[in-house]
Amino acid sequence: MRLALSSRLSAISALLPALVVMFVVYIGATSWTVWMSLTNSRMLPNSNFVGLRQYQLLLGNDRWITSVHNIVIYGVLFVSLTLLIGFLLAVAIDQRVRAEDTIRSIYLYPYSMSFVVTGLVWQWLLNPTLGIQHVLRSWGFEGATFDWIVRPETAIYCLVIAGVWQASGLVMAIMLAGLRGVDDEIWKAARVDGLPKWRVYVSIIIPMMGASFATAAVLLSTGVVRLYDLSVAMTNGGPGIASEVPAKFVMDHLFERANIGLATAAATTMLITVIAVVAPYLYWRARKGEMR
Amino acid sequence: MKRTLFASVAIAAIALAGAPVSAEEMKAEVIHWWTSGGEAAAVKVFADQFTKAGGTWVDSAVAGAANARNAAISRTVAGNPPTAMQLNTGKQFDELVEGDLLADVDAVATEGNWRGVMPAAIVAAATRNGKMYAVPINIHGQNWLWYNKTVLASVGAAEPKTWTDALAILDKLKADGKVIPLAFSGQKNWEQNLFNAVMIGVGGAQMWTGILGKRDVSLAGSPEFKTVAITYKKLKDYVDAGAPGRNWNDATNLVIQGKAGMQIMGDWAKGEFVAAGKVADKDYGCTVLSNGSGGYVMGGDVFVFPKAKDPSTTKAQMTLARLMLTPETQIQFALKKGSIPVRSDVDTSALDACAQKGMRYVADKAQQMPSGDMLAPPATIGALQDAISQYWNTNMSADEFSAKVVAVLKSQE
Repeated sequence: MRLALSSRLSAISALLPALVVMFVVYIGATSWTVWMSLTNSRMLPNSNFVGLRQYQLLLGNDRWITSVHNIVIYGVLFVSLTLLIGFLLAVAIDQRVRAEDTIRSIYLYPYSMSFVVTGLVWQWLLNPTLGIQHVLRSWGFEGATFDWIVRPETAIYCLVIAGVWQASGLVMAIMLAGLRGVDDEIWKAARVDGLPKWRVYVSIIIPMMGASFATAAVLLSTGVVRLYDLSVAMTNGGPGIASEVPAKFVMDHLFERANIGLATAAATTMLITVIAVVAPYLYWRARKGEMR
Repeated sequence: MKRTLFASVAIAAIALAGAPVSAEEMKAEVIHWWTSGGEAAAVKVFADQFTKAGGTWVDSAVAGAANARNAAISRTVAGNPPTAMQLNTGKQFDELVEGDLLADVDAVATEGNWRGVMPAAIVAAATRNGKMYAVPINIHGQNWLWYNKTVLASVGAAEPKTWTDALAILDKLKADGKVIPLAFSGQKNWEQNLFNAVMIGVGGAQMWTGILGKRDVSLAGSPEFKTVAITYKKLKDYVDAGAPGRNWNDATNLVIQGKAGMQIMGDWAKGEFVAAGKVADKDYGCTVLSNGSGGYVMGGDVFVFPKAKDPSTTKAQMTLARLMLTPETQIQFALKKGSIPVRSDVDTSALDACAQKGMRYVADKAQQMPSGDMLAPPATIGALQDAISQYWNTNMSADEFSAKVVAVLKSQE
C-alpha cells in the first residue's frame, strides 16, 4: 500500500510540470485570447465587453476574407503537391541509383533552411526585373513572361512553389523510409506475376504505406496553419492584399496596428476552424480504440 | 557538463537581476529602434550629452519599430519599465496616458519654452489633457518629391510645383522611354505614403484633416476625393513591372543612378543620396507638391517616460528631456538623422539645401500638416492602408474605393 502511494506520488510529481504548463499556458492563454476577442482592446488589453462586434468586423474585412481564401488554396495545393513530388522523388531514389546518399542530402537540404531564406531566394528568382524572366529575355526570348509574383491573381501560387520546394525533401525522406519497409518478397511475387512496375506501386505499395502518408500529411498540415514567415519574406502579403494569410493578419493587428480585439477574434476563428477539422478525426480514433 | 550548465544559468540569472542603483547616480535605460548606421550615430548624440551631464546611458536598441514599441510597452505594462522609450509622433501613447503609466514633462517644457519654438501640430501631438507627455525630437517630412536633375533636364522639364506639373513631366519621361518615370516601392506602407502625398497635394489641407482627423464620411464620398483617387491610380502608368515588393531605398537608388526620374518619399531618402555622394540642388532636387493650401506632412519621433518609483530615475528622465531639446543637441541630431530640428530657433546654416527648404516649410504655419499618425490611431491607419493597397493593385474603380474608405471610417468607432 505504502509503496503504491509513494509510486503514485512520484508519478504525479513527475507529471506536475507538464500539467501546470498545459493548464496555464495552453488552456489559460487560449481562454484569455477568446475573452480578449469579446472586448474592444486596442493597444493594451482592456475588459470593455462588446459581444461579437469584433467578429462582425472580421467577417466584413476584405483582408481577412482574402487570407482565408489564400490559406485554403495554399493548404490544398501545398499538401497534395508536396506529397506527390516527395513520393515520386522517393520512388526515383528507390530504384537503387548510384550516389544515393548524395542525392538524398541534396533533396533534404532545402528543408534545413528557414522560410525567411527560402522566401527571399524565391522572391529574387521570381522577380520579373531580376530573376527568371529577366534571364530568359536576356538570352533572346523577348516574349518570355514569368511575372506571377507581381500579379495579384497569381502571387499566392508563388508561395506554393516556394513551400513545395522546401518541404518536398522531407516528404521524400519519410516516403523512402516507408518504401524500404516494404518486404522484398512482395516485389518478387509481383515480378513472378508479370505486373508492370507502376502497377505494383499504385495498387500494392501505396496502400501499404498509409502510415507514411499520414505522418507526412500531418506534418505538412501543421505548417499550413502557421504559414506566416514565407508570406512576409516573399511578398509581405502583396501585391495589395493578394497573398495575405491568417497568421499574418493576427500578427499585424496584434502589434503594428494595435488592434488586439480584432487580432484575437481572428486567432479564435483560426482555433475554431482547426478544431472543426481535427475533431471528427479524433472522434474516429477514439471509436476505433473502443472497438478493439 | 550538467554542473557547468547549472552554474551558467545561475550566473545569467544574477546578471539579469542587475545591480541595485544608488540614489546619487542617474541611469537611463533607453529603448529605441535606431539601428542603422546614420540612426545609431544620431542616437549617440543624445547618449554623449547625457554622459556629459553625469548620467549613465544604457542603450537598449531593438531592431524594427514595431518590435521596439512592443518590447517597451509590454515592459511598462508589466511594471518593469525602461527609463525612456521611443515612439512615433502621434497617437501611439494615448492608452499609456489613459492608464496613468507615463510621467509628464510639462515642467521641463514650460521652463524651456517648448510651446513657443515648436510647430503647433507637434505640440498638440505631444499634449494630452493640457500637459505635455512626450518630448518631440525631430520632424520628418513624409511627402517630399525627389528627382534626378539630369534626367528632368534631358526632357527639358523644370521642378514641378503641383501634381499637374508632375504628371506632365511623367508623361514626357514616359514618351521619351529611356528611364522609369516614377521610381516606386510596392509595399503597403509606401503605397499609402504615395496616396497621402496625392491626398494632401491634390485634395489640400481640409481634405487631409477631414478624412484622417475628423473621419468625415461625406468627404470620403465627395467628388473631390474621387479626383484624388483617380490621380493616384494614374500614377500606376508610370511605374515599372518590378515595383511590387521593392524596398524604398532600392527605388531611391534608381533615381540616384538616373534609371528613374522621380520618387515620392520621406526625407529619410536623403541619406541614400548623401551616401552616394550626391549634392542637393546640384545632382538631385527636392520639393513638396501642393495645391496651394498647405501641405508639408510632418511626422517624427518622440520619447516618452514611464512613471518611475524612485526619484533618481525621475531625475534622469527630466534631465534627458531637457538635454534632447537644447539647440545644440537638436542641430547635431538632425545632421546625423537627415531630419530637421523641432525647434524653429536654431541656426540652420549647417543643414543642407533640402533640410533648409524643410525648415522654411515648417516656419510657415499654413504649410504645417500633422501626419496621419498624429490624426488617427494605428488601427485606422492600418485599415486605410489595406483599402489603398487593394485599390492600387487591382482593377477597383475610384467609386468602389471611395465606398471602401467610407466603410473603413465608419467601422473605426
